Amino acid sequence: MRTIGQALAVARKDLAVELRTKESFNAAGAFAISILLLFSFAFDPSPEMLHQIAGGLLWLVFAFAGALIFNRGFARELPNECLDALLASPLSSGSLLLGKAIANFTMLIALEVVSLVVFGIFYNVAWTFRAGELAIVFLLATWGIAIVGAAFGAMTVNLRLRELMLPVIIYPLLIPLLIAAIELTDVVLYSKQITPDQLLWGRILLAFDIVFTALAVALAETILVN
Amino acid sequence: MTRERVSIGLALAAALLLSYDLYQMFMVLPDEALQGAIYRILFFHAPAAIVGMIGYFAALTFSILYLSSGILRWDSLSASIIEVSLVFSCVNIVTGSIWARIIWGIWWTWDYRLTSALVCVLIFAGYLMMRRAIEEPTQRARLSSALCIFGCVDVVIVWKSIEWFRNNHPSPVLSIRTGGGTMDPAMERIFYLNFLAILMIAIALVLIRTRQEAIAREVDSLRRFANAV
Amino acid sequence: MPEAIELEQLWKFYGDYPAVRDLTLGIKEGSCCALLGRNGAGKTTLLRILAGLSPYQRGAVRVFGNSPRSAEARHRLGFLGHGIGVYEDLSARENLLFFARICELKNPQAVTGRWLERVGLARVAAMPVRQFSRGMRQRLALARTFLNSPRVLLLDEPFTSLDDRAIAMLSELLADSSREGATILLSTHQLREALAIATDVALVENGRLRYAGTRTPEMLDDPALLYRLHTELGAA
Repeated sequence: MRTIGQALAVARKDLAVELRTKESFNAAGAFAISILLLFSFAFDPSPEMLHQIAGGLLWLVFAFAGALIFNRGFARELPNECLDALLASPLSSGSLLLGKAIANFTMLIALEVVSLVVFGIFYNVAWTFRAGELAIVFLLATWGIAIVGAAFGAMTVNLRLRELMLPVIIYPLLIPLLIAAIELTDVVLYSKQITPDQLLWGRILLAFDIVFTALAVALAETILVN
Repeated sequence: MTRERVSIGLALAAALLLSYDLYQMFMVLPDEALQGAIYRILFFHAPAAIVGMIGYFAALTFSILYLSSGILRWDSLSASIIEVSLVFSCVNIVTGSIWARIIWGIWWTWDYRLTSALVCVLIFAGYLMMRRAIEEPTQRARLSSALCIFGCVDVVIVWKSIEWFRNNHPSPVLSIRTGGGTMDPAMERIFYLNFLAILMIAIALVLIRTRQEAIAREVDSLRRFANAV
Repeated sequence: MPEAIELEQLWKFYGDYPAVRDLTLGIKEGSCCALLGRNGAGKTTLLRILAGLSPYQRGAVRVFGNSPRSAEARHRLGFLGHGIGVYEDLSARENLLFFARICELKNPQAVTGRWLERVGLARVAAMPVRQFSRGMRQRLALARTFLNSPRVLLLDEPFTSLDDRAIAMLSELLADSSREGATILLSTHQLREALAIATDVALVENGRLRYAGTRTPEMLDDPALLYRLHTELGAA
């Protein structure tokens, strides 16, 4: 409980800074909308083509734009050596990492909502009728991306070429999660019913979230104190 | 010195064994009934994959050992094994592509084993890139070990999740997996001998790389000492 | 007097290079120890190890009997490094409130208000730190460091680049903490200011402890004395 409380304090601080500066969100949002626009021009997808690529398009947009958010996550602790002040405080490494993940998660969800609206308009896709199921998929998958983004944001914060390192490392790791999210999104948007076979993807998402959250919290001290 | 002798010994033994195997493969064994001559690539493709996978999980063990003991030798071993395993994973993918082009007419398919192999290569290529970006050896060791743990867990998830949904890859043929009858015993014998040869090459390369890592650490330490004075 | 800080046969390596070599030092509770040494001697490394920011490979480090990374140790610690450790985009009040919350202080609002008054930033509490002058940032950094009334203070060259007002404030805060029985370890190049408030002195060179003992009047008269007597470079 204490860990969650401290994590929420960190998340609140990050979101307060983000609300004030809007650095990450504006960059990520502009990037997401640009990609959606470009895809629309490049492929001019028919409704049949959209059936096959909608999930892939959305999750690639979220993953790429998300990297802009994760890069800022720990980088905003570098000026004035705030990271040292945090690590020397009673805040545990696990709480710090979780707090960053919660902040990443919140910003990414906001980005996804905006992107979904734009996607629905540009591509004439009606997604609102399955909003509930879509929300479950998005929440599960976004948490996986957020926790991996936080863990590796912490790992790469002091490295040179940080902005290049982070995407290079996290995208291969996110492949199973992205595949699951893409499949489930397509199923929710275009199928009448979800089969047990397809539910397996949901279990993969859940397993990914649980395993990587546990790993990230367990290795937080190793990653942050070095 | 002992390590050098072992490396040289292993390399020589592997060279002899490989020569014998190549002779057997091209001069003695007949072409396979359905695949023709190209089946011989299996003698390199599958052992490279197995050696690569064994390597990644051995590296995981040494990474955990490093984190619990703080002894840098374990990190050097882990990094060397990953480097060598990456090479063999690439051999696996390239030989697999060549085989697929000849048999199926395509260079690539998103089959679960190929996809998992490619994801492995990408994850551990990222590992090596990250190591190069960290100058301080202790920091490099800690972060690399953490990444190795994440990477290996991810490899398992990738393997299992794609396996459930896509499977174009040829089924197992070795008698240890099928219980016998699918592969000619003579071919199977050469397969195991080749696997042994490739494993010996891998170990020799790991020993050489580990020695290089130790020297690099020594040089780094001398440089820091010189700067301090 | 029990020892608040204990370093026992401490070794810290960067790869194979020992940055701290077999260092044994005890700092009694309530004392103020000036950690002296030239650039690269290992002062910052030692402070970072004590603050739990840097791992070490051999030996033992204890803060009130606990590991520096333990919650018990970090609850009693105040650390001021080279950076001021405050967020530019938050206001002074928001910064202190955040640190008060993660230090799990009772009544974080009240504690924040009190410290803003103490460092003379109450009138500009709602202003983002980005708009502060250098002196104001330094005073906010001091407030952040002393916010949780730490029992152990670790200060890395605290007097460097402080303006007069901030120096006076820091000296006052250190004196008050000392009176309340806090243990202070500060590294410095400003020998006179440090020796004036120190009760003990430790001299480090190339990661080794060259001297540790009580601060004497001779040291105050001739601050460079220690370097001359106990370092190889001083003897040369």
